[in-house]
Amino acid sequence: MSNAQFEIQLIASLVAIACAIPGTFLVLRKMAMISDAISHSILPGLVVGFFITQDLNSPLLILLAALTGVITVILVERIQKTGLVKEDTAIGLVFPALFSIGVIMIAKNANDVHLDVDAVLLGELAFAPFDRLTIGGTDIGPKSLWVIGIILLTTIALLIAFFKELKVSTFDAGLSASLGFSPVVIHYGLMTMASITTVGAFDAVGAILVVALMIAPAACAYLLTTDLKKMLGLAIFFGVFGAISGYWVAHWLDASIAGSIATMLGVVFFLVYLFAPSKGLIAVMYREKRQRIEVLLLTFLLHLKNHSEVEERHVNHLNEHINWQKVKSKTVLDLALKNNMILINNKIVSLTEKGDEFTSQAIDYIITNEDAQIEDMKKHFFLFRG
Amino acid sequence: MNLQDYFSLVFSDYTLRTITLGTAILGAVTGMLGSFAVLRKQSLLGDAISHAALPGIALAFLITGAKDTNTLLLGALVSGLVGTFWIRGIVTKTHLKSDTALGLILSLFFGFGMLLLTFIQKQPNANQAGLDKYLFGQAATLVESDVWLMAIITGICLIVMLLFWKEFKLLLFDADYTKTLGFNTKFIDVLITTFIVLAIVLGLQTVGVVLMSAMLLAPAAAARQWTNSLGKMVFLAAIFGAFSGVFGTAISASQDNLSTGPVIVIVASVFVVISFIFSPGRGLLFRQIRFIKNRRDLEFQKTLAFMYHIAETHEDISHPHTIKILNNFQGFTRKTLQKLVDKNYVTLDGAMWSLTEEGFETAANLYNQNFKKHE
Repeated sequence: MSNAQFEIQLIASLVAIACAIPGTFLVLRKMAMISDAISHSILPGLVVGFFITQDLNSPLLILLAALTGVITVILVERIQKTGLVKEDTAIGLVFPALFSIGVIMIAKNANDVHLDVDAVLLGELAFAPFDRLTIGGTDIGPKSLWVIGIILLTTIALLIAFFKELKVSTFDAGLSASLGFSPVVIHYGLMTMASITTVGAFDAVGAILVVALMIAPAACAYLLTTDLKKMLGLAIFFGVFGAISGYWVAHWLDASIAGSIATMLGVVFFLVYLFAPSKGLIAVMYREKRQRIEVLLLTFLLHLKNHSEVEERHVNHLNEHINWQKVKSKTVLDLALKNNMILINNKIVSLTEKGDEFTSQAIDYIITNEDAQIEDMKKHFFLFRG
Repeated sequence: MNLQDYFSLVFSDYTLRTITLGTAILGAVTGMLGSFAVLRKQSLLGDAISHAALPGIALAFLITGAKDTNTLLLGALVSGLVGTFWIRGIVTKTHLKSDTALGLILSLFFGFGMLLLTFIQKQPNANQAGLDKYLFGQAATLVESDVWLMAIITGICLIVMLLFWKEFKLLLFDADYTKTLGFNTKFIDVLITTFIVLAIVLGLQTVGVVLMSAMLLAPAAAARQWTNSLGKMVFLAAIFGAFSGVFGTAISASQDNLSTGPVIVIVASVFVVISFIFSPGRGLLFRQIRFIKNRRDLEFQKTLAFMYHIAETHEDISHPHTIKILNNFQGFTRKTLQKLVDKNYVTLDGAMWSLTEEGFETAANLYNQNFKKHE
């Protein structure tokens, strides 16, 4: 592994960490699409900054672009407040307009601007190590490494300093306000940080893939845990994993590094989406199926409890009366038998004492609408769920 | 070329005519379907779908090796639909919210598309150049057959929309009610979504992946301000969309170095801003005017009521009082006093005012009158 390769991976990992931290809060605050809006609408800020400074890594340019990001957020909120359109429409209206202004500004000055829309949108990490920062003639590393490093340090410092405030205002804005932390200040602080991170990261990974690095690791982490600290840690881990594995995929395919980082994040998200222990697709489908069977069982037991007549309790009658298929009724019968809820004598089904008690308690809970307690009750009766 | 040249050439010049027609049709169809997206709170779905279409274009090229527009758009359609249904899968099956799902699909699919595009560029195949026009769109590459395709699809959209108008409308405003009436809501839902995806895919060649969502939203958001009727809104949105297309093309053709997509988006945004400010029913300007007028009325009534309470304590209601005692009263200005005089509720005599018979009557019934007005 050459020095340049190491530097690229280091930059990619730092970008991933710097994005994962604000990304986690954006996902939790249901503002993920704001990051998409910011990443597009910083373009006019970048162009204006570039006209002034002629340097893509100048701090002034980063500040100007970040300012455009914050302006976007304010504009979106202003439009939302008028009530003329729904909030998501406001986002969708603001950023394409700003982005178009940026594209037109570049196009009109195409001859004297070395700024390419493709480069802004897509970035090129492979060239990052060649743009070096020299102080007094000594080479102290790639410029973008310094830029993203400073942004990351600021982010971490702010995160540690305001962790409590961020946490409270994210989960309970009302409580946060009553405790004396202004949710508005925290909100704009977070938006400013997200804007600065987006600008700092864009020339490494491109504006749209910043969105991937912000949202995907946080979304994966959110499917795996409900603890904020663990979620931050997991998001950082997924981000760095995506960055490094993405680099090697790009190396192997000889394709865009940013693209393959996003693709790797996509693969990771897909796996987490399918296999996450309690919130993944498979777990959810399994749970839904089990719940369906439980409801069937309960229906069946209620039917038995309501009818003492022999003909209503005949096995064959159940098929037509509750309108179940053969297989379905057999599953439910078996389940009830295994749980010792029923007895079958001569194809006549009757409730056992346990089944009777279970049914009356279940009906109590259903009538009183205390769904939460029904889980305890199931445990109490050692319900075997097939 | 200036704008006048453009309008004199638009009917004779093949390229200009094709592009103008193409952008106009595109604007109309996206405006039409965008109305549904906006009202269903799926505004950002367009953004996600247009980005999600990119890998489809690249994959279609990789598989067929041909740069035929229809094949590429078919690929875009398929991957756009996959993206849409995955978004739905994430929202319904996990606790991730729709904004996260949209952002995920948008960025991950786009990243994958970029991977494929850069991979294709490295292939020893001279045919691959020009795929990146789908990023920002190039209206200039439209040919007559593309415009025909757009026209045909727009026609199909129109027919389906008219056929299912009642169902679309019902589902839009009351999904549960639709279900209880026995309509297959899933089918209607999929139908609308598919057509939205179709409209987006159609626009990719002209406006590009990045700006497509604005084409969907802006005309619909502008149209929403002028009417509360779905039919009128869809119609207006189509008109706004078509005009944005035509004006955008005209402006970009009359200037050097202006790509059509961004200009169309800016024109559409101008429509939105104008609608936000000047629409008579909901616009900000008229809302502000109404607000000021209401406040004036209120101040006027408050002053009258205050005078009434003073006059009440005297036997002679037109007993004169000095204007000074009104000075501390909030809402009293020289203007409201003048208005009261104009309406003949009050007479002025130097620095003194007195309530007239008419003014006293009105003030006594002030709140009753308000009550009647509201009925």
